[in-house]
Amino acid sequence: MCGIAGIIHKGKSTNVGGEMQKMLQSLKHRGPDSTGYALYGDGESNNYILRFKVGENVKEGSSAVMEDASIYETRKDEVNKKIEEAGAKIHKQAQITPYSFRYVISYKGDLLDLAKLIESVEMTEILSLGKSLELIKDIGDAAVVADNYGLNKFNGTHGIGHTRMATESGVDIRSAHPYWAYPFSDVSVVHNGQLTNYWNNRRTLEKKGMRFMSSCDSELIAVYLADKIRNGVELEDAMRGSLEDLDGVFTYLVATKDKLGMAKDHMAAKPMVLYESKDLVALASEEVAIRTVLPKEIDTYDPYEGEVKVWQA
Amino acid sequence: MASLKKHKSQEMGLHDEVLTGRTQQVFFNPEESENFFYHDAYDVDFNKRTEIDAKNLDCREINDKIKNMMSKGYGTIVIKNPGSKHSVGVGILNKLNLIVDGSLGYFGIGSVDGPTVRISGRVGWSCAENMMAGKVVVEKNAGSCFGAAIRGGDLICKGSVGARSGIDMKGGTIIVGGDAGAFTGFMMQRGRIVILGDVGPNLGDSLYDGTIFVGGSIKSLGADAVEAEMTDLDVAWLKRKLKVSEIDKKVDFKKMTKIVSGKKLWNYDNLEPTERKGAI
Repeated sequence: MCGIAGIIHKGKSTNVGGEMQKMLQSLKHRGPDSTGYALYGDGESNNYILRFKVGENVKEGSSAVMEDASIYETRKDEVNKKIEEAGAKIHKQAQITPYSFRYVISYKGDLLDLAKLIESVEMTEILSLGKSLELIKDIGDAAVVADNYGLNKFNGTHGIGHTRMATESGVDIRSAHPYWAYPFSDVSVVHNGQLTNYWNNRRTLEKKGMRFMSSCDSELIAVYLADKIRNGVELEDAMRGSLEDLDGVFTYLVATKDKLGMAKDHMAAKPMVLYESKDLVALASEEVAIRTVLPKEIDTYDPYEGEVKVWQA
Repeated sequence: MASLKKHKSQEMGLHDEVLTGRTQQVFFNPEESENFFYHDAYDVDFNKRTEIDAKNLDCREINDKIKNMMSKGYGTIVIKNPGSKHSVGVGILNKLNLIVDGSLGYFGIGSVDGPTVRISGRVGWSCAENMMAGKVVVEKNAGSCFGAAIRGGDLICKGSVGARSGIDMKGGTIIVGGDAGAFTGFMMQRGRIVILGDVGPNLGDSLYDGTIFVGGSIKSLGADAVEAEMTDLDVAWLKRKLKVSEIDKKVDFKKMTKIVSGKKLWNYDNLEPTERKGAI
């Protein structure tokens, strides 16, 4: 079933981490397996924020294995070497969980080259690499993940998030949403639904050199959009194209450094409730999520089939 | 089916549409009014009014309180602070005047038989699913599957509704003041849907029976949905029904589009393979 939610404040930075935590916690019943956040903060001047993991958190159905924590430190040192090798400089580094890290780095080269080097370290996956995006995902409900990663005081303009009910792949971090649109900074995707032409599209995109980290069908949307953006297609046009090229039932949210968008398939089979005012836009699989940040009576509506909408922060 | 014309309801000017084939027609008979109450229904007084503050209650607690209040004879119940919670007001098999002061989430007022419900806000997916009788008025918008599989009663949304409104509908009337999404009336089997605004693609897809009236534009018709001629009887029915629905909108009923089943899919199982291709 899965639950997705997003909020964007127009021209204002606020406690978006706390807001997303409340919205996602209220959608826990739609997906208790894992929770993910893509939060867009005030950034670290011109530096990149790198979120990555060097191991897995694993529950049922996953083909990944839980390793001894002692290996994580070794892998982190290897990642540090790769970052230096790429010509990047580490300004800050923090270990958030035994397997998860947040770095602030400066880098002037091609992000794809840097990403490839970092991910050449065994079991290492970049969750996000951007100037304002911070992507956090792990097993557990929204409150657990927010507590473990200190997200309740995160300030920013917008964010999207996901509560996952594992149907297409196992319960682990790599199958959790959101997905970063590798290798583009600050682009993330969450999805509710099923894609039925996943393998056809995946094979096509892999032939073009695009990388998949999981076998979760939702990752296809992020990779699809990344491929379009790479070829100079505007985000909104890429989203409209996805409605024609992707089969299945889906509603997804996509966020960039200063935008938040939504797309709904032609069958309108997956829910989305939307509230829009001059100050903010909030949207979620269920209105109860919006009510956690806007408890007053509000006018909401369901976007129609085949709709694509994009809002500016 | 032979005694259809003898029904009181038809003498009163209702149910002039005579269906043939497999559809069962069970009409309201005023002489059998005592049969329209459940044996364990509560004897409530509409003038006896109470309020339920739903702010700190879950849906089960709210529904228990409604039942409890009905058992005490309250015929008018106001739910305050519903907060878009799911499954509120389900399973009411009683006459009752229920007022929801706010919005409901998914599956609100489902499987009811008899109550009159007014919701001042919006409703989520599947409002009034499986309703047997009664009247539900939603002042704002509604989500998808509005009135899914209803058997009877009047379901009214003054705003717009999502996709698949009236899916699997088996009777009753759905009236929408605004627009409706894709697959409105999907696999509808009986009853009437009135959309005063525009309708999305695949209207009336695979409908077996029943009638859909549309005031605005239709993006596309679904399989086996065909346009039919508006009759004076249709116009008279629409005028009367719109008045009851309380939707304050000027409508030129004669310009509305009437959609019915082409009935090529109706006995699909009995068709030859070549005929099946033609049907879809």
